[in-house]
Amino acid sequence: MTETTVGIGGAAEGTDMVLNIGPQHPSTHGVLRLRLILDGERISHAEPVIGYMHRGAEKLFEARDYRQIIMLANRHDWLSAFSNELGVVIAVERMLGMEVPERAVWTRTLLAELNRVLNHLMFLGSYPLELGGITPVFYAFREREELQNILEEVSGGRMHYMFNRVGGLKEDLPNGWLGRAREAVADVRSRMDVFDRLVLGNEIFRGRTRGVGVLTPQTVHAYGVSGPIARASGVDFDLRRDEPYLAYGELQDTLNVATRTEGDCLARFECLLEQTHNSLDLADACLDRIAELPPGPINQRLPKVLKAPEGHTYAWTENPLGINGYYLVSKGDKTPYRLKLRSASYNNIQALTELLPGTLVADMVAILGSMFFVVGDIDK
Amino acid sequence: MSPVPGHGLAKGLAVTLRTMTRRSVTHQYPDAAPHLPPRSRGVIALFEENCTVCMLCARECPDWCIYIDSHKETVPPAAPGGRERSRNVLDRFAIDFALCMYCGICIEVCPFDALFWSPEFEYAETDIRELTHERDKLREWMWTVPTPPALDPGAEEPKEIAAARKTAEKLAAAQETAAQQTETPEGGA
Amino acid sequence: MITPAVSSLPAVQGLAAENLGVFGRDPWWLIIVKAIFCFAFAMLTVLFSIVWERKVVAWMQLRIGPNRHGPWGMLQSLADGVKLMLKEDLVVKGADKVVYILAPIVATIPAFMAFAVIPFGPANNEISIFGTRTPMQLTDLPVGVLYILAVASVGIYGVVLAGWSSGSTYPLLGGLRSTAQMISYEIAMGISFAAVFLYSHSMSTSQIVATQHDKWYVVLLPVSFIVYIVSMVGETNRAPFDLPEAEGELVGGFNTEYSSIKFALFMLAEYVNMVTVSAIATTLFLGGWRAPWPITAFWAGANHGWWPLLWITIKIQLLLFFFIWLRGTLPRMRYDQFMKLGWKVLIPVSMVWLMLVATVRALRNENYDFQRIVLYVGGGVLALLLLSLVVDVFRDRGRREPAESGAPGDRFDPMAGGFPVPPRPGQTLPPVPRRRPRGERQLVNATDTAETADKEQEGDNA
Repeated sequence: MTETTVGIGGAAEGTDMVLNIGPQHPSTHGVLRLRLILDGERISHAEPVIGYMHRGAEKLFEARDYRQIIMLANRHDWLSAFSNELGVVIAVERMLGMEVPERAVWTRTLLAELNRVLNHLMFLGSYPLELGGITPVFYAFREREELQNILEEVSGGRMHYMFNRVGGLKEDLPNGWLGRAREAVADVRSRMDVFDRLVLGNEIFRGRTRGVGVLTPQTVHAYGVSGPIARASGVDFDLRRDEPYLAYGELQDTLNVATRTEGDCLARFECLLEQTHNSLDLADACLDRIAELPPGPINQRLPKVLKAPEGHTYAWTENPLGINGYYLVSKGDKTPYRLKLRSASYNNIQALTELLPGTLVADMVAILGSMFFVVGDIDK
Repeated sequence: MSPVPGHGLAKGLAVTLRTMTRRSVTHQYPDAAPHLPPRSRGVIALFEENCTVCMLCARECPDWCIYIDSHKETVPPAAPGGRERSRNVLDRFAIDFALCMYCGICIEVCPFDALFWSPEFEYAETDIRELTHERDKLREWMWTVPTPPALDPGAEEPKEIAAARKTAEKLAAAQETAAQQTETPEGGA
Repeated sequence: MITPAVSSLPAVQGLAAENLGVFGRDPWWLIIVKAIFCFAFAMLTVLFSIVWERKVVAWMQLRIGPNRHGPWGMLQSLADGVKLMLKEDLVVKGADKVVYILAPIVATIPAFMAFAVIPFGPANNEISIFGTRTPMQLTDLPVGVLYILAVASVGIYGVVLAGWSSGSTYPLLGGLRSTAQMISYEIAMGISFAAVFLYSHSMSTSQIVATQHDKWYVVLLPVSFIVYIVSMVGETNRAPFDLPEAEGELVGGFNTEYSSIKFALFMLAEYVNMVTVSAIATTLFLGGWRAPWPITAFWAGANHGWWPLLWITIKIQLLLFFFIWLRGTLPRMRYDQFMKLGWKVLIPVSMVWLMLVATVRALRNENYDFQRIVLYVGGGVLALLLLSLVVDVFRDRGRREPAESGAPGDRFDPMAGGFPVPPRPGQTLPPVPRRRPRGERQLVNATDTAETADKEQEGDNA
């Protein structure tokens, strides 16, 4: 008897191809992995697979005192280290009922905005790079270099500033720093138009991004998307304006929340660019105010062992990439009982499952780049 | 959209062409040393003469990258008939820079000013195990520690200077009163 | 149609016949010398243009570029080549071995072959090598340009086969893109050549250059030139049309799985192709070996002796700079936009243009005088049309997108399956309870918040 095996495999199942984007794909900024099912070049199913960079930040927080947590917390989103530190110290200060000196408040606002500019410049440069334009990233890095020098002079670090302390900042500004910071901000602003001319006006760039990856306000709400990505979809929500922390309450005249209604990649990029301009203005306003402030301390004298009283609080800040929240539960020890981290990228990236199906592989890159995420912020 | 088609492309091409004629911003690092501010966190230097082996730095370090060994020594009494004192002697002080996160907490907690930041950064090794630097190396880096920058006029006085000023003022006041006291009897006479 | 044209230009025709007779009379050693010269010229230009590209792109990006190997970094590409040769040569397990190894060779060899018919100088035995007078061209054919087209399309098979034989996903997509690219851009390229043939009455390259003694074809046929420039960038897989490689999307595209010398061959093929298409553009549109106008005005000897070699090299280098400049500035196009540009813009435009040129040629043969004006006006109009079509390709996409809508909306259960889930397409979201600013919250009582929440929901639904 002869046995015949009939292979129908491929023909019966259709011609779908499974494509793994990442974890080492150049457009995933690290180790994000996307499992795509392709029909030709069209994506029929997308699944982000995360966790390749999970470092257990929340668990580590539980075994560190509040000063050590600052250092750990500034690392999950390495592009917005200052804002990450800020959330932790605001939470602890609120638990302690501690009043922060005015000088520290304004300096924190200034550094937070400079950090925002640094973060946005990174994405303003890397987004065109993902679309194949290799030059803008170098222009962005020239500006970043200038601002990083300023931040290094004041904090000693170029990315992980470790400059916040509970009750203020680590130390006061060096002499003449305000002038140099003002110069740097002016320099950066004078060259920002290069992104308008080289990137935003480019027909190919607009063709690649307009109408691509439209995120509806409903999806934004459903997935808890925040930051410039949510504002590009018309969700006008910015903690700096809607629940002012630091000195933002007094900066409402300068603060301009950039919004768009289209929700596509181009709108996201435009939001980012506009916000960068606004952050530079805010930094200038802060510099003006710091110069006028009366001399005073920049931090509070802390006890030898700092213990947050029993209780819980939630401190959220408008990080460059979106809402960053810390839910702090303390049992009165010198370490927190639990410190839950709500990071912006983690929520933002989940909208990809909605955005990607139906688009082309090339659009996938455009959408992925326009979601402005940091893998460390996703995996924590 | 620009009114003339292709306008955006032309503008972009003009930007790159113009940039081509400009000077580059590259610093040719090994040939030209970078200028680093005094606060720059390059490497941790140890001023071992000040170290009392209190272990605070090793305990506060978030990733436990400081290794300290010590032994106790008894010091003969300073004056004859006095008590013998015991003293901690530092045997080993090493920092594993492969683990160090450059947070600076050890420097902040040191109560005897034995640890300092130095902007020195050229200590890369080809083997990760060689990144654990011992006390002699850490002591050598002490020579590269810059003086801290002067503070902004709006800043509060640093507490070291404030303390020094207070003692100086006290001393001056004491001298003055002493001078006055010597003057007064003269005036009386 | 050809007959009156021939009669109107008897002198040129005579010249052509005479010129082609010149070829193929070289002694065997001279043929070898010339072949080696063509190969060396292509290789040297490639070696130079890799360094030049890295330098120029670096300057555009505020950097310095390679400066460690040799004076001014000139030996950088040599060092790169040596490095690539010494790397480990991997053959992927799932690869079709024979084709996998053959593909880089198929890509490289045809790239060099086109050089055989590129004229480096005039065809009338101007120079003498070891006492033998000879034209500065390896050989010429009556169908020289067709030969170039044929050879160029064979080269792309290398890319397609590499993508297919790697047995991997990214290269497969790259290979597929390359296939589509080849098919659509060869047509536009061929049609743009046809306009040149109508003017030169010949497909032989030496003849085409010879007929440009008065005016270069870039002036007479601007539309053909633009179409060719676009399609030559497309043919060589260079930015902004580097879709088969697309390092941001497909990692490396067709060459993802290649390493060592095979990868080096692909790199070589890409750069040789750049040089080749630049040489073709120079020959067909930019007057070939002829010196540019202001030089010929005061220096009669510019087009004689060995000098033509200089002019053609300069022209090729300028075109290469243009390639580099594009790469340093523009982002990559999307695959479907690129196809649209090819099929809906370049091919129709070059067809219409070809008809126009043919009409003008016919009118000229009838001795009408206004043909020049027609040509210039028509050319201008068409050039504008071409550009506005390019813009339209990008513009209409935004309008079509919103037409898509999700499945019929059913009720959204936020706890379907026992855990919180986001809504599926078509489902609407329950109202989002929004927090009010801290100061405001104390003033508002519970009923007010409920009302505003309802209103917000209405707003969302609307």
